Amino acid sequence: MTQVQTAPVPAFAEETDRKLCLICSKGTLDMAYPGLVLANAALMEGIEVHMFFTFWGLDMINRDTMDDLKTTFLGNTAMHLPQGLGGVPGMTGLTTRMMKKEIKKLDFPEVPEFLQQIADAGGHLWACKMSVDMMHLEEGDLFDEVEGVIGATEFMEMSENGQIIFI
Amino acid sequence: MTTATIAGKQLTVDDEGFLTDPQQWDETIAPALATNIGLELSDDHWAVLRFLRSDFASEGETATLRRVSTIGGFPTKQLYQLFPKKPAKKMAYVAGLPKPKGCI
Repeated sequence: MTQVQTAPVPAFAEETDRKLCLICSKGTLDMAYPGLVLANAALMEGIEVHMFFTFWGLDMINRDTMDDLKTTFLGNTAMHLPQGLGGVPGMTGLTTRMMKKEIKKLDFPEVPEFLQQIADAGGHLWACKMSVDMMHLEEGDLFDEVEGVIGATEFMEMSENGQIIFI
Repeated sequence: MTTATIAGKQLTVDDEGFLTDPQQWDETIAPALATNIGLELSDDHWAVLRFLRSDFASEGETATLRRVSTIGGFPTKQLYQLFPKKPAKKMAYVAGLPKPKGCI
């Protein structure tokens, strides 16, 4: 053991200028969580975070759908069960309920609450203009914490010098 | 592991500066640890620190930020204001607890 007079001070006393931009393009429950977990983790590390929701990812911030994302068996070989089972009526609901139960056990919040936590932690949420128009939505249809509907070029400006993750 | 003098006491810390033995911590040490990372402790900080200590005593591990919020009743916004930028790590450090392992 080393004897010193002054204790080391954790490096987290220093600030970072790192910026993380997550593009969320999927509307399934299983593909919503990677973005949410990474955004939250980055905020806990003092990193500036922007989440840009595009195409099916818009379901994550659409008030009508955000609390009702699903995960399906079909086309997902990682379930390691016969694919035919995926077509059985009620199977998508069952798979979704099972996944939600496991997520809850780990004490991760559901999607709307997770987004609120991210916003409370200072994360920025943006909707993709093309997707909003394509799906005939309006800003009022979106989760309150969404800061705006922006185009891809604005996203490029905003993400300058940031790290981009596409999900 | 290193032995260092913090608030006039000989304490063991890891390479990053976290106390390695939570039992060595008492409330006279927290202000010195807080000063190390640029914080001045208010009553609101103390409320969070006391929750962390009591939760650690019953659970055996450092509470996640979510747990501090949902079980402790401290809103996320407030935790980020009290312990800016890296709330989970900062509050664990000042409370003399191991660095939190959870991702939430």
